[in-house]
Amino acid sequence: MSASPEKFKRAVRQLQSLTLLFVAVILLLCAFLVGVLVNPKMLRFEASTEPYVEVEADEEYDRIENGIHLRTGFVEGEGLMAVVNNCTNCHSAQLVTQNRMSRKRWEATIRWMQETQNLWDLGTNEPLILDYLSTYYAPQEEGRRPNLVIEEWYDLED
Amino acid sequence: MKRRNFIAGAGLASLAAGLGVEIVYGSLLPEGVVPLVLQDPDPFKLFDKDTQMVVLNERPWNMEAQAHLLDDKVTPGRVMFIRNNGLIPQDIDPSKWVLEIKGEAVKKPKTYTLQDLKTNFKAHTYQLTLECGGNGRSEFNPPAKGNQWTVGAVSCANWTGLRLRDLLKDVGISEKAVYIGYHGADIHLSGDAAKEPISRGVPLEKAMQDETLLAYQMNGKDIPLAHGFPLRLVAGGWPASASGKWLNGLSIRDRVHDGAKMGGSSYRVPCETVAPGEKVAPEDMCIIESMPVKSLITYPKSGARIKEGRRLIIRGHAWSGEQRVSKMQYSIDFGSSWKSCSLEDPVNRLAWQHFSASIDFPKKGYYEVWARATNDKGESQPMVLPGWNPKGYLNNACHRIAIKVV
Repeated sequence: MSASPEKFKRAVRQLQSLTLLFVAVILLLCAFLVGVLVNPKMLRFEASTEPYVEVEADEEYDRIENGIHLRTGFVEGEGLMAVVNNCTNCHSAQLVTQNRMSRKRWEATIRWMQETQNLWDLGTNEPLILDYLSTYYAPQEEGRRPNLVIEEWYDLED
Repeated sequence: MKRRNFIAGAGLASLAAGLGVEIVYGSLLPEGVVPLVLQDPDPFKLFDKDTQMVVLNERPWNMEAQAHLLDDKVTPGRVMFIRNNGLIPQDIDPSKWVLEIKGEAVKKPKTYTLQDLKTNFKAHTYQLTLECGGNGRSEFNPPAKGNQWTVGAVSCANWTGLRLRDLLKDVGISEKAVYIGYHGADIHLSGDAAKEPISRGVPLEKAMQDETLLAYQMNGKDIPLAHGFPLRLVAGGWPASASGKWLNGLSIRDRVHDGAKMGGSSYRVPCETVAPGEKVAPEDMCIIESMPVKSLITYPKSGARIKEGRRLIIRGHAWSGEQRVSKMQYSIDFGSSWKSCSLEDPVNRLAWQHFSASIDFPKKGYYEVWARATNDKGESQPMVLPGWNPKGYLNNACHRIAIKVV
């Protein structure tokens, strides 16, 4: 087995150019990384001036624990995400969860928001939302004055 | 919109300065993304509030005190309730702040800088009671829509500024003037710049009172941001919503002001009383003016256990809109019998009055101490809920605290 010297030389040349290419790529990469370190904004696609839409990749984002949607405090139930997506854009979920209304009054509240507060047409989500609200945030019968609730009694000293 | 612009324009350096820490990799934040810490701030730090304050709503910010936090004679900012209808303006430069006076009944529209208001008009200071019209809403049945305030949406701080009357004189208003509407720099929740979150006001007679101020100070310092910095209309004794925050405009109207939250069921109650839950037509609703007679036991905190044979000191404040409180009583037997409290005069008209009493309990057991104020027109606080109304305003039922004698 005697390899011709020509073939050997060609192989060496090929190896040399490959090595050169490799070194060049590494150098370019280094230059790019240094550039990013110096001016991180170079990575940004400035042509897009659209407002950045935050997309949460985190699966924890809509986590439900003990029947409560942690991020908003809403009770778990059919229609929950329709409520989260339509009712927490302008105001916090707390404005919903602290209230108790009949279906009729929840509907009147939606109409009021549509007429005066720029709420959009809820389309097919509306019955879903109304069912959810009138199920989980319905009025409870209370007397003319509830009992006092004391979370923790304490000793009052002089 | 404005808030976004502010954040974008502020630059990371100033953001970092505001946060007190460097935002590591801050420059990698995509344009328009607000650091989480500013999206979801600690409201107690953000507004310098006592951590026992209760947040009812984060957007818009609504926060109330608990009765025992309001024990000071002059309410400090740390325990003053926040009631916002829109988003707090963020790009305030007091040196560029301008108040614009306009409307059908102004002789000629005029503008004033904040400096004009501070230097060209005499300053007055009054301690003024501001109570949210919906304070106590949480007790109504059927439940009323809105932030479910319990007892803590009331304050009585010192406010310093010029009299609205002096400003109106300087502007020159016509004989047609009947109502003053305010305009503020807060931002509508929908972000719609054409909408005002709230634009209420007061009739001319209220505007002309000595105590109706365009205030630029609260308790001797610049008004805190959440309470209307740098300028606020303050109309004590009326629903606090009449005291417009972040004031940048006044409309001198020849009719009842028709700004946002002046109509419908907002800050209005049935002109004639209705059965609980009854539907009321808009034309049958009347604007709330002077707030009703009310009181709050601010010491001790509800839930106190005391030893048998020990006397209990109670104290608190009483107020009655435009009226003066003339009598203060307490009951430890669920309203069967009432005893007098000692009651101080107000430091000025429209300021709350302080009361105290020393209570002797006959034997061991569970007690409720109820407090009842009566004003100089003979009106007293009811022991149960007063008349139901669609939005649950004006609950002035007796305040109650629980005591165990052991």
